[in-house]
Amino acid sequence: MSEQVLQVRGLVKDYGERRVLDGVDVAVGEHEIVVLIGASGSGKSTLLRCVNLLEEIDDGQILLDGQDVSDPRVDPDLARRRMGVVFQSYNLFPHLSVLDNVTLAPRVVHGLGRAEAEERGRALLARVGLADRAGSYPDRLSGGQQQRVAIVRALAYEPRLLLLDEITSALDPELVGEVLALVRELAEQGTTILMATHEMGFARQVADRVCFLDGGVLVESGPPERVLVDPEHDRTWQFLRRVIQAGRL
Amino acid sequence: MTVSQLQRDRLAYKRSRTRRSTAVALLSTVVFAVVAWFAVTSAPGWSTVRSSFLDLDTAVSALPAILDGLWLNLRVLVVCELLILVLGLGIAALRTLRGPVWFPVRALATGYVDLFRGLPLIICLYLVGFGLPGLRLSGVPNDPVLLGGIALVLIYSAYVAEVFRAGIDSVHPSQRAAARSIGLTHAQTMRIVVVPQAVRRVLPPLLNDFVALQKDCGLISVLGAVDAVRAAQIATARFYDFTPYVVAGLLFVLLAVPCARLADAAGRRLARREGSG
Ligand SMILES: Nc1ncnc2c1ncn2[C@@H]1O[C@H](COP(=O)(O)OP(=O)(O)OP(=O)(O)O)[C@@H](O)[C@H]1O
Ligand SMILES: [Mg+2]
Repeated sequence: MSEQVLQVRGLVKDYGERRVLDGVDVAVGEHEIVVLIGASGSGKSTLLRCVNLLEEIDDGQILLDGQDVSDPRVDPDLARRRMGVVFQSYNLFPHLSVLDNVTLAPRVVHGLGRAEAEERGRALLARVGLADRAGSYPDRLSGGQQQRVAIVRALAYEPRLLLLDEITSALDPELVGEVLALVRELAEQGTTILMATHEMGFARQVADRVCFLDGGVLVESGPPERVLVDPEHDRTWQFLRRVIQAGRL
Repeated sequence: MTVSQLQRDRLAYKRSRTRRSTAVALLSTVVFAVVAWFAVTSAPGWSTVRSSFLDLDTAVSALPAILDGLWLNLRVLVVCELLILVLGLGIAALRTLRGPVWFPVRALATGYVDLFRGLPLIICLYLVGFGLPGLRLSGVPNDPVLLGGIALVLIYSAYVAEVFRAGIDSVHPSQRAAARSIGLTHAQTMRIVVVPQAVRRVLPPLLNDFVALQKDCGLISVLGAVDAVRAAQIATARFYDFTPYVVAGLLFVLLAVPCARLADAAGRRLARREGSG
């Protein structure tokens, strides 16, 4: 079991009286891509925020490389440095250039020299086709370009685990493809990823495992060809039917 | 590059419109000035006012002393503004600290702002200027310029702290989350991500406070510092004529104008950026 990069055990999260996550178990192995699906409000973002220790949890455990990072004695800043996160709304730093956005964490958090950080930053930007935009400011980029920069920013310090939260849902359809292509490439290179998405077609192609959340409960999980094609639970069926009706599968 | 006849016509029309607007603006300004001039000069007390407030000879003889005083105001202004910015930002940052350990620090910062934002400047000047030296403690200065400067810094840093705090609060929480998620500590997040964005946003109100400070620097004269206002007062007594006050007032206005324009420009630039972003 120790080759699991992430293990979430019995995670419970309440917002006031409301239980948003109710005993969720998720595991992500090395080089695996695990995709969270579920209706809006089912708790996907909350789960990712809990894993990144941006939220206090109300029960359960979060293990990163076997270490219990939900233990209050663990410094959350140190744990977060081993994870990269990309949000739906990019959240690039508007007052910093693209290159500075990318090199900030390696320089400030991981103590890399500026020259080395910039060299690596430029190489990463080149990989996502944005080498010529290194000096631009985020507001001069398209949504898809900004989201690719956000992914590069999260990758720049070589995190053990990449958390992606609906990174394409704020993008125009023609920009979705370029961002998903990048994620697919990362997957092929062996990046370990836990992501929430509404792109079922993409989940089917890329995921090693799909987890279906409904009302804060993990209803079922398994390989995409089973969960997305022949699910065991009624609730999964109903969700998939709605997705098909909406034309997203 | 060739331009179509249509575009040439359009440009010619726009140019003629611009010329017309300029001419209209010029004409209306002249008319307005003439009317105002006649209204003032035909007032019954005009000749007395002119001789006791607008006497050119008095102005010329008082000018050097007033300029000397203004130079003192300027130095006080620059030194105070720097201290105010540092102190204001520090207080604002202290007020953002979270967690029970920091409660006394937060409370102290809040109390400071409440106290000095409410206290009238003139009272603060008297208290610091006459109260502090009155204690007769060793090491307490009794130079009126220094004491006046301290009072200005106390009052204005409370204002500026609130301006900074508003700016810090206006940075969207997602920016903080993004910074924390890549591993930055609270202090690094504030220093590298939040404060730079906040400062950009509050530049216009900061410049406004700077203009206000510019003229309030003249209040150190109540403690006896020989600044522009005090110099004008002395000259007024010497020449039995109020013209030196007018001279000093005009100089303060002249000093404020570039800064006010800068504040306008900064505000416009910000509105454009926020609008487009
Ligand atoms: N800060 C908060 N305070 C209170 N309730 C919250 C908060 N954040 C989320 N919730 C609630 O928690 C539930 C789960 O939200 P979450 O954002 O995790 O859903 P999601 O699966 O990511 O949805 P979507 O697909 O729309 O992004 C929702 O019902 C939401 O209203
Ligand atoms: Mg969400």
